[in-house]
Amino acid sequence: MNLLHVLGIFYRNIILIRRSVPKLFALFGFITVELLLWGFITLWVQTLAPAGAASDFILLILSAFIFWSMFDLGQRSFAISFLEEVWSRNIINLFASPVKLSELVLGYILVGVTQALLAFFYIVPLAFLLYALNIWDLGLYIIPFFMNVLIFGWVLGVVSIGLVVRFGPSADILAFFIPFVLLPFSAVYYPISIFPPFLQKLTFVLPTRHMFEGMRTAITEGIVPFDSLVWASTLNLICVLLGFLFLYWMLRLARIKGYLSRLVQD
Amino acid sequence: MSAILLRVRNLTKKYNGFTAVDGVSFEIREGEIVSLLGPNGAGKTTTIQMLLALVSPTSGDIEIFEKNLKGHREELLSRMNFTAPYSLLPYNLTPKEGLTVFAFLYGVRNYKQKVKFLLDEFGLSELVSKKIGQLSSGEQMRLGVAKAFVNNPKLLLLDEPTASLDPPTARELRAKILKLIRESSGAVLWTSHNMREVEAVSDRIIFLSRGQIMADDTPRNLKKRFGQEDLEEIFITIAKEPVSESS
Repeated sequence: MNLLHVLGIFYRNIILIRRSVPKLFALFGFITVELLLWGFITLWVQTLAPAGAASDFILLILSAFIFWSMFDLGQRSFAISFLEEVWSRNIINLFASPVKLSELVLGYILVGVTQALLAFFYIVPLAFLLYALNIWDLGLYIIPFFMNVLIFGWVLGVVSIGLVVRFGPSADILAFFIPFVLLPFSAVYYPISIFPPFLQKLTFVLPTRHMFEGMRTAITEGIVPFDSLVWASTLNLICVLLGFLFLYWMLRLARIKGYLSRLVQD
Repeated sequence: MSAILLRVRNLTKKYNGFTAVDGVSFEIREGEIVSLLGPNGAGKTTTIQMLLALVSPTSGDIEIFEKNLKGHREELLSRMNFTAPYSLLPYNLTPKEGLTVFAFLYGVRNYKQKVKFLLDEFGLSELVSKKIGQLSSGEQMRLGVAKAFVNNPKLLLLDEPTASLDPPTARELRAKILKLIRESSGAVLWTSHNMREVEAVSDRIIFLSRGQIMADDTPRNLKKRFGQEDLEEIFITIAKEPVSESS
């Protein structure tokens, strides 16, 4: 592993974020608007709850929103970092350089971590100011959940890259569509008991389902749901392996079929 | 005799029954500048992309610095570089930032010094505050060539490096490339459609047509063999020649 290669990937993406207004908006703007939207919905739902209801809707819904945003951001940051190279027709230069796939992925992970931390430490105080949400009420075990959320976001980012390599730049829409497809089935804002029985079984393979179900159990029952954490981590680990195998396979196929040069022609 | 830096043996690339490169074999020695010529679709770019490990050969071997590219991709690519008009540097970075990124990607430790040298050498110092996307195509081409020298490559692959330059700028850039490559005792595989340029820079010329090598010799010998004084006429003659039955 050559750390200068990783630094190159990181530096290339971070300088863009630092001075690009659209990129800053993508990082802070969307999440602010969504926080306002979910915040007002939550305030309204809270007024519908029977008097003396024990549930803290603000903590339940807004903490779920913040964690989902971190997942979404992780995936998007990964996919956009790669798509930037495709859009700027720099992808051939990148693949003709001595950078290994593992160094490319590590560079993107560092970009993702930086973006997630910036967004997290922006949205958490804002949610506290606007809605008195103290996410630290969840306790220290939010850290493994947070890590699981981010890692699964990166895995889907890796899959997005594989899809763009295979199907060309026009597949960029898939990269943005994947988290959106998972949202209804990940039990982010409601418990899995809402799902019909077959869907409850089907969604078991989704790490996000266990992450969000586990977080909700922790908030409503005040206990650390180790089974959710173990399932989320195990499934995540399997997804990491499958995600990397998928990307490796797509790149191998791209070299055989000549898809890489198509990335600058489409 | 100088060392062989690149050895290509029976290199073939087929796509769904179409043969883009057909059993190509050649060598490039230290200090040599070899031009790869051929009409559009002759297999030049596919050959270069196989040398850069962007495309996997269907069969054949590529040895660079006496090592097989297949098992030593990263190690070999760190001692090579390339530029091509279809592969631009990121449009939203400045030239200095773009070169710095590639200095990191090629593991250059004294990157500040190297980037400053390249900006000065290729006349890009005045443009440091501009984004690459705002540069003229000629300036972008110069930047692409500057990037190709970021790691002092021993083997340089230049795919039409002066394609969008006016004649004086093209001549100046050619002179810079030749100076820098001679300083590093490297070798160059150069593609161009500008026959005067090819004649001016090449120690040897390889003519490709429909994926096969039709001729591989010095410009002087080629002129003698084809009885022509003009390389362009030789180019046209060779492009019309039938290829061997094996294709």
